[in-house]
Amino acid sequence: MFLTDEEKRMRDGAEGDAVAAAMDLLIRYSSALDAERLCDIRNVAGTMTQPSPVKARLVAEGGWDKAFAVINLDSDLDLTIPPMAVPTCQLQHGFGDDSIGVVPYPEANVLLQADAEAFYGRHGVNILATCTPYQVGNLPLRGEHCAWMESSAVIYANSVLGARTNCEGIASTGAASLTGKIPCWGNHRDENRFGTHLIYVRGQLVESFQDWGMLGYFAGGVAGEDHPVITGSISRPDLTELKHFGAAAATSGGVELYHIPGITPEAPSTEAAFGDRTAPPEPVVYGPNERQAVYETLNEIGSSPDVDFVLLGCPHASVDQIRQAAALLDGKRLSDSTELWIMAPRALKVMADRSGYTEVIERAGGRVLADSCPAMSRAAPRGTRVFATDSAKQAHYLPAILGIEAWFGTLEECVDAAVTGRWNGRLN
Amino acid sequence: MSVILRGRTVVPGTVEGEALVSHEPISGWGGIDPARGVIIEPRHELFGVCFTGKILVFPSAKGSSGWSGFFQTTRLTGSAPIGMIIGRVSAKSALGAVVTRVPAVTDLDADPCEVIATGDWVRIDNGTVEVTKQ
Repeated sequence: MFLTDEEKRMRDGAEGDAVAAAMDLLIRYSSALDAERLCDIRNVAGTMTQPSPVKARLVAEGGWDKAFAVINLDSDLDLTIPPMAVPTCQLQHGFGDDSIGVVPYPEANVLLQADAEAFYGRHGVNILATCTPYQVGNLPLRGEHCAWMESSAVIYANSVLGARTNCEGIASTGAASLTGKIPCWGNHRDENRFGTHLIYVRGQLVESFQDWGMLGYFAGGVAGEDHPVITGSISRPDLTELKHFGAAAATSGGVELYHIPGITPEAPSTEAAFGDRTAPPEPVVYGPNERQAVYETLNEIGSSPDVDFVLLGCPHASVDQIRQAAALLDGKRLSDSTELWIMAPRALKVMADRSGYTEVIERAGGRVLADSCPAMSRAAPRGTRVFATDSAKQAHYLPAILGIEAWFGTLEECVDAAVTGRWNGRLN
Repeated sequence: MSVILRGRTVVPGTVEGEALVSHEPISGWGGIDPARGVIIEPRHELFGVCFTGKILVFPSAKGSSGWSGFFQTTRLTGSAPIGMIIGRVSAKSALGAVVTRVPAVTDLDADPCEVIATGDWVRIDNGTVEVTKQ
């Protein structure tokens, strides 16, 4: 592969052992991808602070420098980690100290993470602590090369913002944060950003939050790791609907980029979405039968109607989603047997607090929680056997992670389940 | 009977062992338990199956960007596969193979998930795969 003189100097240790280890990882990774060169980036979204048993062991052995070397650089060397070379943020991680007494989550993890935040804060990592950095001020521009993790954020950055990132991992974002480099491969290159699959919605109008999530889940199944183009009978989506759509498409498949002609920035038309070079492929129809099938798939892990736990805010809720939940819970009281958590970025929880939404939700018995989610932290209310959610992504993942049953429905159905303790959802 | 497949090296090296073939893409985060080396996605064809010590053959990686980190953890906990044969590489699976530090190969001249069956004996030698059918 081609390396610039600057990159060769980094590889050879001119900027220290840690930068050399980072460059070594980037070269091994580029070779695995068959990438020809690296590109310059100055926007990294990765994860360093999230507690895990392996990380706790490494920190005990050699401090956070050791943990970063092994996990974030894939290096066995004893390194001293320098400040981040480019703007770098921490994505969602474990729960913080305000979760103590609410979330059954090891206090040792809370303490380990607080220690990590102090270390990485000193090294210039912005602790955004959310899976949705684009909701709290990290908004890359169209065409900007980034190194982001978090599949739901990657698909949003590529598709909705027109930024350029592959679905990076812990080690590649770690190496990027110390070098400002990432393999110029895949989504970074013009020729790889066109649509590959055409999905045509007919016989129904996709316009609700739930429907956008189901369409995303369908699109991921159709397109796999490729680029679906969505056409037909759809409404104009907003941020929350595309957040849900993308998270679902990245869950059922590995979609990192999609186009909606007339809506997303790189697709002024269906022809443009396919690069004006080839005729669009034959459309795959998403009709009422396909919609029904997606709904049944997302609900196939549910059998008991007795709901212990309602989870909202996956990906992390917008302040408006918190407002909507508060409006539905206003004056109500959760069932004694059910808990309701809304996951949000901490910055937006502060806004929800100031707007009075958190108080309304807490008065009903619910909680607004920041930084994490049950899937990331493997933590749900004690004794949870059956949970309900409005998120296709959580309905997919949480049964595997926590061994519980799942119901997927609308926000209204989820709030109803929290108040009555019973699942009464159905597809309308 | 043995079959030779030729492809592109993802992670250099030589290894041989028993194949575990997934016809469906594999999730890392939320798809495997890295402490035990077991596939935990309930809808998956290999639900409950352990890949430790096997040559994992799969079409692609799907799901969360935690993919590589979870497979790196299998190395650190001793539950890793010993090799990977990947139908189509992505950022997730390429980085995953790198940090698992096992020989890995892709872009083979035939679909490895069709040619190789679970239980076949497989030898990876950089870009070449020799399959001995069981």
